[in-house]
Amino acid sequence: MTAAVELADVSKRYPGGAVALDGLSLSVDEGRVLVLLGTSGSGKTTALKTLNRLVEPDAGSVVVLGRRLESWDPIELRRRTGYVIQEAGLLPHLTVERNVGLVPELLGWPPERRRARSRELLALMGLDPARFAPLRPAQLSGGERQRVGIARALAADPPLLLMDEPFGALDPLTRRRLQDEFRALQSRLGKTVLLVTHDVPEAFRLGDEVAVMDRGRVLQRGTPAQLRESPRPGFVADFIAAALP
Amino acid sequence: MGLLRFLAERRSELLLLTGQHILLVLVSAGLAMALGVPLGIALARRPRLARPVLALANLAQTIPSLALFGFLIPVPFIGGIGVRTAIVALVLYSLLPILRNTVTGIQQVDAAVLEAATGMGMTPRQRLRLVELPLALPVILAGIRVAVVVSVGTATIAAAIGAGGLGTYVFRGLATVDTRLILAGAIPAALLALIADALLGAVQKSSRPGRAAVLLAVGAAAAVLAALLARSPAGARPVVVGSKNFTEQVVLGEILGARLEALGFAVDRRLNLGGTSLCHAAVREGQIDVYVEYSGTALADILKRPVSPDPAAVLRTVGEGYAPLGLRVGPPLGFNNSYALVMRRGDTQARGTRRISDLARHAATLRVGLFGEFLERADGMTGLVRTYALRFGVPPREMDLGLLYQALADGKVDLVVGNATDGLIAAMDLVVLEDDRHYFPPYDAVPVMNEGSLRRHPGLLEAVESLGGRIDEKAMRRMNYAVDGEHRGPADVAREFLAGAGLLSR
Repeated sequence: MTAAVELADVSKRYPGGAVALDGLSLSVDEGRVLVLLGTSGSGKTTALKTLNRLVEPDAGSVVVLGRRLESWDPIELRRRTGYVIQEAGLLPHLTVERNVGLVPELLGWPPERRRARSRELLALMGLDPARFAPLRPAQLSGGERQRVGIARALAADPPLLLMDEPFGALDPLTRRRLQDEFRALQSRLGKTVLLVTHDVPEAFRLGDEVAVMDRGRVLQRGTPAQLRESPRPGFVADFIAAALP
Repeated sequence: MGLLRFLAERRSELLLLTGQHILLVLVSAGLAMALGVPLGIALARRPRLARPVLALANLAQTIPSLALFGFLIPVPFIGGIGVRTAIVALVLYSLLPILRNTVTGIQQVDAAVLEAATGMGMTPRQRLRLVELPLALPVILAGIRVAVVVSVGTATIAAAIGAGGLGTYVFRGLATVDTRLILAGAIPAALLALIADALLGAVQKSSRPGRAAVLLAVGAAAAVLAALLARSPAGARPVVVGSKNFTEQVVLGEILGARLEALGFAVDRRLNLGGTSLCHAAVREGQIDVYVEYSGTALADILKRPVSPDPAAVLRTVGEGYAPLGLRVGPPLGFNNSYALVMRRGDTQARGTRRISDLARHAATLRVGLFGEFLERADGMTGLVRTYALRFGVPPREMDLGLLYQALADGKVDLVVGNATDGLIAAMDLVVLEDDRHYFPPYDAVPVMNEGSLRRHPGLLEAVESLGGRIDEKAMRRMNYAVDGEHRGPADVAREFLAGAGLLSR
């Protein structure tokens, strides 16, 4: 297996002085789902954003999809990376169809192909294209918006998905359903996924592996079973114990 | 209804002025948008710069329009008299709402949406076009709506520097105290503002505001283009005649214009310009070629020299003072619009008061009416009383200039202080007392010409000089009354006078 993403000794300090990443090292193999689990301020979102160059690290080396970060044109890198954020970040003035087809549009696909792809992905996400394509984001429920957000991230068939609290704003039932759907989808598509969450059950449900982060470093990394059974004493054990009954 | 018929009679002129008005607003709004939106976008990215620039735009909006025009006239390229200056001023006034709303609109775009857009791989330009501008559009459109509606109102001021538009009627109406004329300008302007507001409101509310805005902009641009193409191509430069913004001045402007036309000149009338300093600046810059000034005003208000009671000395000083400014002072037209002490004809005969010095004996029993300004001025009441040793028994009553003559005619007062050429003096058969001790400074009407204009238009000097000494106080009073009292058009009145004086032919 080759690593799709590799961070080595990466540091980032924000202008205010807050340390977000403190010598972070981790790698994700192709086709695997790695969950970054941590409290807010643990640096997990910053780690994610270094991968599509929304954040530029101060030190360390990052390799994404086989190339060093510095050699990527940020625009090209982002178009080859699916990005899903909380509340989906849909563009409120565009229809669902256009939102889903946005990266293909940026890539210059012809309109017909874009349209077909949008509809295919809406169907894949369980949204009836005939009904949902012409709607605007404000007309959707939270769960529907999140589905559209994932459809948009998948539109140009990127090998890497970056997901930042993708199900964070949903009610527990919808959240659970979307998590299940995501697992099913992932088993079919086999993308490399980095998913950030503060929710321990979600991390264990979705991750092939989970990395627990605190203060800009990974404290422990392992499969959900490993973490459940032998969490490292201290922060990791406390964090997991507090979340699981 | 009288007003409707009045409007119907002036259909073609009204249409022309409305067209000019719309053109002024469209061109200035277009320029303000072309300037304000990109500048707003740039400022939205530099919040530190945004504050001082917005403060500056704010400041520009607080400058009174006449002051702004006065300031712009001598500025090369953008200044001068006419449409260009009016558009510059209107653009300055419309800039703030557009600029401010563009900055606000772009800054208020949700940061999460922007980050999502960036994360998807949009270039900054794509982000602007696909995300920021569409999301800011309602706010930007609201700014444009405010700017356009305000500019429809502000554009009336354009008439003050000869740019035409509906303000022409408003100013003419104000100068001649003709409510119908004021309404003839104000009502269409108000309607235009309502229509513009409704149109832009519809664009804002439309489901696709971007497309609607583009459609409207294309329509507006087409209208502007059509109007510009429809304009007759400029031939030889016409002689530009100016005037200040009161009845007598407008009539004099029309007299100059008609006389010059009778002598074969093409004439462009820029009448009703907003005041002495504006006219002076305009003639100095050659924006107008000729207008009529008063010798006392030229001496005291323009040259800032002490006033002398000797008319010939004043004229000489003005001529010498104007020469280095590149201005030529023509021969006096024949009337002196100074202050005037006026009485009922019967009273002057009964009391034997032909001259002001005759008043001394009667002062104790005379009730005096005057307008407030006369009490304050250096050449006003205090000096008059001293010069002629007048001891009035009753303190003078202050009233509006228009009411003074009515009060005199009704016997409520016996003596009023007015202006020598007030139209009502003739209409009410009143008598002006002779200023036999030459207390009042002379305000002889004299044409003022730009020397450059005289070189450019051979024969212009002779043409203007042909009016020298042809208009006496009585004639001027009659004409003022014809306009103010009988509500006749200044152009008609001027032509009638010229015809009577044999000046409508070579």
